[in-house]
Amino acid sequence: MQVTNKLTPFFENLNFERDDNMMVINFGPQHPSAHGQLRLVLELDGELVTKAYPDIGYLHRGIEKMAENMTYNEFLPTTDRLDYIASTSNNYAYALAVEKLIGLEVPRRAQVIRTMLLELNRIISHLFFLATHALDVGAMSIFLYAFREREFAMDLMEDYCGARLTHSAVRIGGVPLDLPDGWLENLTIYLDKLPQNIKMYEDLLTENRIWKMRLEDVGTLSPEDAMSWGCSGVMLRGSGIPYDIRKEEPYELYSELDFDIPISQSCDSLGRYKLYMEEMRQSKRILEQLIKMYPQTEQKLMAHAPQYISAPKEEIMTQNYALMQHFVLVTQGMRPPKGEVYVPTESPKGELGFYIKSEGEPYAYRLKCRAPSFYHTGLLQEILVGTYIADVVTIIGSTNIVFGEVDR
Amino acid sequence: MRKYTPKDNVQGKAYYTDRFWVAPRVPRQVVEDEHFKAVVEALGERVKEAYVEINNLVLHIDATQNYAVLETLKDTCGYKVCSEISAVDYLAKEGEFEIFYQMLNLDKAKRVRVVCRLKKGLAIESVVPLFKSANFAEREMYDMFGIKANNHPFLKRILMPDDWEGHPLLKTYPLQGDEFASWYEVDKIFGKAYRDIIGPENRDPARIERYDTKRFSRVGYEVSFDTDISGGETKTEIEYSSTFLTDYNTGTKQLDKRK
Repeated sequence: MQVTNKLTPFFENLNFERDDNMMVINFGPQHPSAHGQLRLVLELDGELVTKAYPDIGYLHRGIEKMAENMTYNEFLPTTDRLDYIASTSNNYAYALAVEKLIGLEVPRRAQVIRTMLLELNRIISHLFFLATHALDVGAMSIFLYAFREREFAMDLMEDYCGARLTHSAVRIGGVPLDLPDGWLENLTIYLDKLPQNIKMYEDLLTENRIWKMRLEDVGTLSPEDAMSWGCSGVMLRGSGIPYDIRKEEPYELYSELDFDIPISQSCDSLGRYKLYMEEMRQSKRILEQLIKMYPQTEQKLMAHAPQYISAPKEEIMTQNYALMQHFVLVTQGMRPPKGEVYVPTESPKGELGFYIKSEGEPYAYRLKCRAPSFYHTGLLQEILVGTYIADVVTIIGSTNIVFGEVDR
Repeated sequence: MRKYTPKDNVQGKAYYTDRFWVAPRVPRQVVEDEHFKAVVEALGERVKEAYVEINNLVLHIDATQNYAVLETLKDTCGYKVCSEISAVDYLAKEGEFEIFYQMLNLDKAKRVRVVCRLKKGLAIESVVPLFKSANFAEREMYDMFGIKANNHPFLKRILMPDDWEGHPLLKTYPLQGDEFASWYEVDKIFGKAYRDIIGPENRDPARIERYDTKRFSRVGYEVSFDTDISGGETKTEIEYSSTFLTDYNTGTKQLDKRK
């Protein structure tokens, strides 16, 4: 038994040697493959997991509470901190929810840029998944290769918005900046090199005996369970359910773009890994179509709705009324109409949706962020039971959870 | 007289609202979609109000019937995924919570939001037997609002520590936390008696401790590390580098005055 006093308080009720010969161990929150702040309490019979209890909340910052105390525009940079691997998708999901609430039409060039950023972010996030997942399973070199590719993609993000991780590159009503000179050329260079890199990763992994042994039939998730646990994204498609929000409930330009939704019937970690690889290729395909779309658009970047969104700088500096509206928007914040909205988007991790309840005030009455990783973490308590402790790492890696999003 | 500040909602508020300003409302459309009509029909009497708001069918039901309604939605209407459960705090105005279930039909790609109102202090029936995703979602709802779910397999706090007091997403809970929150670590590790010794948490990153000579020093009054200066300190003449020969005190800008 643990001896407790004031300096070493009795934090957790954990007995390491118990009468039934089961061992209870803490996996995390400092474990390097616990993806940040996951504390997983595992009950082990030898090496077999008999009970798993994911304990979350170590990164809880109260982002939903902050949303109730910030104006709509103030809150946007905070959404970066949800899924910090792909922050543009958070910014976008939030901006889209507010736009739906106030009924805004976003200019076409902004739509093209947003979709480009979203897809570039998907590549960044999937490369990160591949790198960390391979590292967890034991393939060190993949980590270095994938991070090298990711660095180039992040350089592109940096060229556009100046930030590498917390982009805030999307605004409510459009995007703040046009693409800089030469950005599309750089993107083309990047995309030209991407397939051969993806092929290299696949050459290293897909037929690799160790990789297959570690991933095949590990973390099997039946379609019924995937639906019941509220899985989305690759977790859902990896179980053979062809549901991608970009295709089924298209937003932005996805209805005009030509891309495929890969699905896997194998329901295991290897199938999910293959989906990630294929999705990167599809993102490349989407980006190439967007590059062609870009020159055909007009130069407008922000929606025109002076009641909600500040007019362009030129108008503010020359027209009195625009200046007044801008002043009110900056000092008080925009007031969307009363009502509630739930908008789902397909983030790299799955269904990222924002529920916003507006009472017509500059502060959201309630904002709920539906984070895919939260539900994928809940799934762990069932999927881990009956597996061996070495597979726990594979399964956590395969669910691709990010703790900024789980704890919020 | 001092200005009265309401205690039942301490969240951010607009500092000025035009008295003639009336907030518009997002249009609520009549249910016209074939699929949504079938859903409303399948639920029959249990639906108190149904409309479409921004692509979502919103169904208002009685809080006691949540399990039956979700069961019908799952079994007969094909809403196999419960993507979100949470609540909205209306305690200040109406003394009740609004609980919503965000449902998804994967075949038809349609979304339904089931909304019910729950009086303060009442518990709602858990939907974990229908949707396993409700396990975490209801725990979060309990953690954040204190709404209990009957027959939940493991209703325990999820994001906040187990021994936390208060429910953070209530409108009565301030953003900076309450008294319990500010002394949580001190109380837990050292005990309440140590509050005076340790003192409140410093949340001002630019705070200067006047008598702390470990971390701060005063220009012109430098003393050695960790000297007790509560009785005052002696002035040290500033020695300027002889190579530059700049004495700022003789110029128009007085160093002493700028301090």
